[in-house]
Amino acid sequence: MLENIRLSIQGIWSHKMRSFLTMLGIIIGIAAIISIVSTIKGTNEQIKQNLVGAGNNTVEIKLYQNDWEYEAAYNGLPQGVPIITDEIRESILEIDGVEKASLYLNRNYAEGIYYHNTSLNGGKIYGIDEQYFSTCGYQIQKGRGFVDKDYKSFRKVAILDSAAYNSLFGGNEPIDQTIEIQGEPFTVIGVCEKSNTFKPVINSMEDYYNYMAAGSDGGIIFIPDASWSIPYSYDEPQNLIIRAASTDEMSSAGRKCADLLNSYVTSSDIKYKASDLLEQAKSLQELSAATNQQLIWIASISLLVGGIGVMNIMLVSVTERTREIGLKKAIGARKRRILAQFLTEAAVLTSLGGIIGVAAGIVMAQVISRISQTPSAISVPAIIFSVLFSMAIGILFGLLPSIKAANLNPIDALRHE
Amino acid sequence: MILELEHVYKDYIQGKMSVHILKDISLSVEEGEYLAIMGPSGSGKTTLMNIIGCLDKPTSGSYHLNGKDVLTYSDNELSDTRLYNIGFVFQSFHLLPKQTALENVYLPLIYAGISKKERIERATEALERVGLGDRLHFKPTQLSGGQQQRVAIARAIVNHPTILLADEPTGALDSSSGEQVMELFQKLNDEGITIIMITHDAEIASHAKRQAIIRDGILTGREALAYEKTTDSDN
Repeated sequence: MLENIRLSIQGIWSHKMRSFLTMLGIIIGIAAIISIVSTIKGTNEQIKQNLVGAGNNTVEIKLYQNDWEYEAAYNGLPQGVPIITDEIRESILEIDGVEKASLYLNRNYAEGIYYHNTSLNGGKIYGIDEQYFSTCGYQIQKGRGFVDKDYKSFRKVAILDSAAYNSLFGGNEPIDQTIEIQGEPFTVIGVCEKSNTFKPVINSMEDYYNYMAAGSDGGIIFIPDASWSIPYSYDEPQNLIIRAASTDEMSSAGRKCADLLNSYVTSSDIKYKASDLLEQAKSLQELSAATNQQLIWIASISLLVGGIGVMNIMLVSVTERTREIGLKKAIGARKRRILAQFLTEAAVLTSLGGIIGVAAGIVMAQVISRISQTPSAISVPAIIFSVLFSMAIGILFGLLPSIKAANLNPIDALRHE
Repeated sequence: MILELEHVYKDYIQGKMSVHILKDISLSVEEGEYLAIMGPSGSGKTTLMNIIGCLDKPTSGSYHLNGKDVLTYSDNELSDTRLYNIGFVFQSFHLLPKQTALENVYLPLIYAGISKKERIERATEALERVGLGDRLHFKPTQLSGGQQQRVAIARAIVNHPTILLADEPTGALDSSSGEQVMELFQKLNDEGITIIMITHDAEIASHAKRQAIIRDGILTGREALAYEKTTDSDN
């Protein structure tokens, strides 16, 4: 076998030009497939990162009523939704893949928030527990965060995110200033910002809403959940936000948390639901993969053409080497030997083409990603598959010429000119 | 008796006509013999050699090699017989042009599944026997015709065959190279190798210990016939 491979390489090397031209079909096909796969993989990773937020891995589990997010502002207090106690929060932390969990109350369309005569338009207000900032990855930029005493004493204090700070204060010093929330005075104690801000690529309205659900342009005002009942009401339903241990665990962890919370809910039409960004990322990825899948099929045609080229050149080679085959059979080579020799030669030829194709594909993917500003990621399984696949093409298309060689009559073959 | 042909016929079908190439050939060869089969072109001598060399099968008759009926052999068994029992020497050498003398000689040993180390040892020894111990790594194009034929002879004897079959071994050589090849054959025969040589050249044939003549598919050699009479009383 090794002897066969050595002889094949010798044969290929002695016909450099012909071998290269024969391999060209395979090289082009494999290069096309590798670059397409790399582009798909790169795009998918980009989608995942943009939509899900690299390294953040937070999943919100919110209350929904018949597929619409439950709004305490309009709907009033829901029936059959209990308050999430600390024990429930503890049991959420025990769920596989949940790293951190935080409970919060919210108004997505906050009204009645003023600083002097400036109102916060399109902003949100969150009543948060002590874990919220660390769960979501907020950092205090100015002033201080909430402390134990703020909760225990029901202090009327507020922290603004940078968007809310800009729209209310426009660059003026906010610390110790008083803002009005639903007619109640709150003291601004800090300004915070998400530690890793991500800027998603927005291609559709769907993307836009996803983005809007994940963050907000109008800004967010945070107050301690203990003080929530001062501007709003008691016993409002809570939402949950968790941080998953890894991006891949987001979906399952979110679903499990929602199931756990729903086990306490007695209402039939109000349920907790995890906002599954990973799932949305997947559907986007599938869309981009589906279009590229067709490209792979088209590239495969070039592999077919390449395979036929290999078959053609192998047939020529068998004819050229008729005397050699005749001699080998005359001195005692079994049919299987001759078959193996030619199959090895075809397989070595196409595998070599495959390897060159992979290298060309990687280069092509890099060039495409430079030109079109899209990312590319090299897929190791695709590389292994490509080389094995081109080897298989060699064996498949080498079969006919090899059988022809093995079945040559040695008497006629020796006499062949 | 290492080789025994009895009443061998070989026909070729041409259209509706059946042409007899070999007619009722009976031939016995004993171990250590040196036999020349002479005949003009078209006499059927190459067909006879192909049958002896297990490359072709007769239409009728029987052929025993080392006491075994070759005609019942499968394709693989025929390959193995050629590999282990028969060494071929051709008029046009049939060396692989891109391989060295050594690689050409050890080719049959690859098919016999012999390790590379032993292959090189045995091929070197065979090349030394034909007087080319100093040309191991030469390619055929770097060798003269006589040297090329001696490489081919080394290849034929490397696997210790029962019979060395030579088809016009001097046909492509000048007379002095031919003479060298004949000397080599004599030496190998003296060492105990059975040789069957096919030629149209009476002078070359005279080197053999026994001569047979084939004409129009009939073996008429005086010695061969005499041999037949003494051994085959039914005939």
